[in-house]
Amino acid sequence: MEIGLAHYLTVAAMLFTLGIFGIFLNRKNVIIILMSIELMLLAVNINLVAFSTHLGDLTGQIFAMLVLTVAAGEAAIGLAILVVYFRNRGSIAVEDINMMKG
Amino acid sequence: MVVAAIAFYIFAGIAVAAAFMVIAARNPVHSVLYLILTFFSAAGLFVLMGAEFLAMILLIVYVGAVAVLFLFVVMMLDVNFASLREGFLQYLPIGALIGFVLFLEIIMVIGTWVLSPETAHLAQSPIPPLDDVTNAEAIGRVMYTRFIYFFQAAGMVLLVAMIGAIVLTLRHREGVKRQSITAQVGRRAEDTLEIRKVEPGQGISEL
Repeated sequence: MEIGLAHYLTVAAMLFTLGIFGIFLNRKNVIIILMSIELMLLAVNINLVAFSTHLGDLTGQIFAMLVLTVAAGEAAIGLAILVVYFRNRGSIAVEDINMMKG
Repeated sequence: MVVAAIAFYIFAGIAVAAAFMVIAARNPVHSVLYLILTFFSAAGLFVLMGAEFLAMILLIVYVGAVAVLFLFVVMMLDVNFASLREGFLQYLPIGALIGFVLFLEIIMVIGTWVLSPETAHLAQSPIPPLDDVTNAEAIGRVMYTRFIYFFQAAGMVLLVAMIGAIVLTLRHREGVKRQSITAQVGRRAEDTLEIRKVEPGQGISEL
């Protein structure tokens, strides 16, 4: 019953896979895609913290905090772009986002 | 140890199930709520691993800020989410296939690799014994010394994100009455007041 490193890595792998799966499944909804990216970043954080605590090195936890920072900034910017886009086009469907295709 | 194992399986199970519901829920608001549940379970996992500070930070940042931001945007945008779900089943097979292959690959990596025997001595900033310093204090000790530049860089990232979000969403609407401080302060008495001598009993004929 000993919970080791592999258990946590498996959970993180499942969360990461679900994030990828979510991007494929909800190809039209940008909000769900952003949430899937958050899930993948969470999985990465679980990996970092699992290795950090398992190997007794604090660097992983510091790095996880930096990932957290970037995730927060990414969510803020992404949602801001989404709001501006919705104001201009009245839709958030992914296939409508083609104004910059040249 | 059994309690820790049971707690691990509960948290892990809830995290994975909630993560599945995030991508499968019909209503995006439910998706956000399931995302919050996932973050809570992940915070529980962090506590089990012994990273309490990061668990609390995860709750504050993700549940307190990011998830609420998502909730605001989902509720604010007047989108027909039903139309966005069309083609949901169309991408299910390819998504499931790619997800399955990816998961298999990750599991193969997890199953085969071994730690080098020297890893115990290679720690750059070893975790001090928990009796001496708490997790938060240990993180603070390395974060503000060894990793001070990374800490500052994270601050810059947040500043840029903040400015970017404000610049993107701020808009000047036409036809809205606003206070103009300069116009108010720059107003002089001569511009608006006129003093006239009025003869008794005559009044002012014209303005």
